[in-house]
Amino acid sequence: MKEIHAEHAELAGEFNKDEDRVDWHDETLWWIRAKRDKAVNQLPEWERLRDAASQIKDHVLGNLDTYLEQFEANALQNGVKVHWAANAEEHNKIVYQIMLDQGVLRMVKSKSMLTEECHLNEYLKEHGIEVIDSDLGERIVQLAEEAPSHIVLPCIHKKKEEIGELFHIHLGTEKGNSDPQFLTNTARIHLREIFLTRKVALTGVNFAVAETGEIVVCTNEGNADMGAHLANVHIASMGIEKIIPKKEHLGVFLRLLTRSATGQPITTYSSHFKTPQNGREMHIIIVDNGRTRQLGRPDFRNSLKCIRCGACMNTCPVYRRSGGHSYHNAIAGPIGSILAPNLDMKDYADLPFASTLCGSCSNVCPVKIDIHQQLYKWRQVIVKEGYATKTKKVSMQVMSNTLSSPTAYHLAGKMGRFVIKYAPFAVNNRLNPWYKQRDLPSAPEQSFGEWYKENRKKQ
Amino acid sequence: MSTSTSRDSILGKVALNKPESTPLPDLSFFINGTAAVTEQFITILGNIGGKAHHREGTIDEVISTIKNDFPELKRIYSSDPDVRRALDLQFVTPASGHAFEDVDVAIIKAHFGVAENGAVWITDDLMGNRALPFICQHLVVIVDEKNLVPTMHEAYKKIGSSKYNYGAFIAGPSKTADIEQSLVLGAHGPKSMTVFIMA
Amino acid sequence: MTVGLFVPCYVDQFYPGAAIATLQLLEKLGVDVAYPANQTCCGQPMANSGFEHLTGDCNALFIKNFAEFDYVVAPSGSCVLHIKEHLHHPISEKIYELSAFLTDILNVKSLPAKFPHKVGMHQSCHGQRGLHLSQMSELVAPQFSKPGSLLNMVEGIEIIPLDRIDECCGFGGTFCVTEEAVSAKMGVDRVDDHLKHGAEYITGVDMSCLMHMEGILKRKGSKVKVIHLAEILNGE
Repeated sequence: MKEIHAEHAELAGEFNKDEDRVDWHDETLWWIRAKRDKAVNQLPEWERLRDAASQIKDHVLGNLDTYLEQFEANALQNGVKVHWAANAEEHNKIVYQIMLDQGVLRMVKSKSMLTEECHLNEYLKEHGIEVIDSDLGERIVQLAEEAPSHIVLPCIHKKKEEIGELFHIHLGTEKGNSDPQFLTNTARIHLREIFLTRKVALTGVNFAVAETGEIVVCTNEGNADMGAHLANVHIASMGIEKIIPKKEHLGVFLRLLTRSATGQPITTYSSHFKTPQNGREMHIIIVDNGRTRQLGRPDFRNSLKCIRCGACMNTCPVYRRSGGHSYHNAIAGPIGSILAPNLDMKDYADLPFASTLCGSCSNVCPVKIDIHQQLYKWRQVIVKEGYATKTKKVSMQVMSNTLSSPTAYHLAGKMGRFVIKYAPFAVNNRLNPWYKQRDLPSAPEQSFGEWYKENRKKQ
Repeated sequence: MSTSTSRDSILGKVALNKPESTPLPDLSFFINGTAAVTEQFITILGNIGGKAHHREGTIDEVISTIKNDFPELKRIYSSDPDVRRALDLQFVTPASGHAFEDVDVAIIKAHFGVAENGAVWITDDLMGNRALPFICQHLVVIVDEKNLVPTMHEAYKKIGSSKYNYGAFIAGPSKTADIEQSLVLGAHGPKSMTVFIMA
Repeated sequence: MTVGLFVPCYVDQFYPGAAIATLQLLEKLGVDVAYPANQTCCGQPMANSGFEHLTGDCNALFIKNFAEFDYVVAPSGSCVLHIKEHLHHPISEKIYELSAFLTDILNVKSLPAKFPHKVGMHQSCHGQRGLHLSQMSELVAPQFSKPGSLLNMVEGIEIIPLDRIDECCGFGGTFCVTEEAVSAKMGVDRVDDHLKHGAEYITGVDMSCLMHMEGILKRKGSKVKVIHLAEILNGE
């Protein structure tokens, strides 16, 4: 089920029509980046922690098959049912089958970007299963029939007045009340009823420990726990890359995760699920969905180290000013832009270009993914695979010819300055976007090359 | 179901595509714990919306403080034998967490606390029921001062290979800032968390 | 010591003043500088657009022009970074951005320059995060700034504070036209930060970022000017 969508530039252009909202979005996310800075500067060992996390994840990628088998064996030992899904469709079918086996038509689900990636909600809905997202931000976008625009802050694109209106329509709150405290309390009451009545709860997985077979789920709201502990069946969906070797490695990751994400020292809840509760079931679904393909791309495999903190989004000057939906992918921002082309190179060919390659993303990444380098490399791959637009190809060839010939270059330079000086409105269409909001420099009388020839005799 | 085929094919692709193995880092560098753990724990817990009482005294005194802090409370619950004795709670074994839906205050003992983030480590044997620390309106945790550690590295050293079926680090009340980044305490779980650090 | 001066194409064509200042500054510091006349471009505009495979001839020309020198110096962090990361030739070991060359090779401790103005320092991303010309705000590491230290040697200069000390200006090569809305908004925001803090000039190590901000300043009708670092350091 592929939706037709516009490219990032166009969607970002739409977002920019409301400058106040852009400013608000930018400043709010920058504020979170500032909180992150404050938190990480309290740990003098921060950069060494990042190194350690990166090394642990590198090690995992080099031994992933061994650790997956070890994890599976321990999870089975713990009484957990383990499933393997090659792709999104198989993942969704497994979830559906578990629902059928329980004879249950309603599910409560806490945040899982993997299930967004797999479009699980849509799939289950088509099969008559009702899914209620329990993370407040996710519940809000679900009521709005939208996708999350940020992996940690799903409704960061929404103003409280819009949320108040959604609650008025769907949850019957009084019209015009958009007080966050009031709205949150309304959601608390609404979702408590859901937690108490749902027999199946699905959660994501932040870390899966090979040596013990336990999974760790991190939330601030407590929604994963409320769902899982009150249901008869707990389903946890995880990508194959969530594995870490030992429990002691959690010390490194839990110190990094939330400081990077929101500037908190740790999430309110870091829950370690090892065995099912007495008389109940726990299922873990281990999902590939393109990850093994990414593992086989040496330039891009280390994107699999991502722990989904969202720091690269908060720091990204482009993300902050284009909004998560402009990336038309479950995971937006810089990390989404290097993960998405692996899923569908044609559909996401625009994303690696939605960046200035400023490099801030790589610097905040707690597992040191070279995000901006991968954006650059994806551009090369996308062009080579033939997904660049035709006009771009022609203009680049002209540029290449000009820049590899001194004569052609000097001639073009003269013409270029001529054009800018005397006919700024007659300039070629391709350059027009510059003029929309910016002027070009005034043309100098002579180029440096010409000046040098006149003023220095050396050559 | 094609699960077992998928298992083999995933593991096969991983084996084929994985990079060369690299060594795991040595984490001993991060163990350096002589910080003023109690002060730090109290400060951080305050920063994240929790509250700490640092005191000497008995469980009875703890309970009288709680009753003072929560004058409105109707149902107080604990699965800890000492607390239950002090509260004179009759023994009940609820079949499921649903039974705690009307608990105003849950009192739970923690194995230890972590100074750098204000978290306490609680396992299911101390909870009685896994749902309890989440479904209650207010959470009270008792931890011995001698069991405060500086960072998560010491925390996992302390956990070691101890046995549990479920365990959680809990740091402060349940919270959300999903609506315009306005912080609200009491998202789905407890609206407050009080930690008694027993000297 | 012989130094080949590499002048990026857009500096050659639009901002010869920055190149002249670079040349004069190096000469003033006693360096034997020459400008190979047949140079064009580092190839970055194509490579960043995904066409690195078309840069072969451009690279060959670059190597031909500069192979004979002990060092290559350019008044641009971005072009130098591109050569360093993508040319895969020994020449990438001896190319320096101007402020790094002054700091690391010439070990400049004082300059006879004077510039009695309020100046905002723009940290161009490629120079800062790519070449580590200054410490980056994301890292937990000691502060330093090569261009900043050089500016501090200038008499009368007042460096103004900024709310966001190292946010990208949004130029990004072809990004400035392919992502017009976001690019321009980034530029507007960056310029506003300087204006808010009373800058009379915005300086930096990369004319491309400055060109972007100049485009916005001009459109706004602002009197604030952009000026390359070399022009301040070469000021009398």
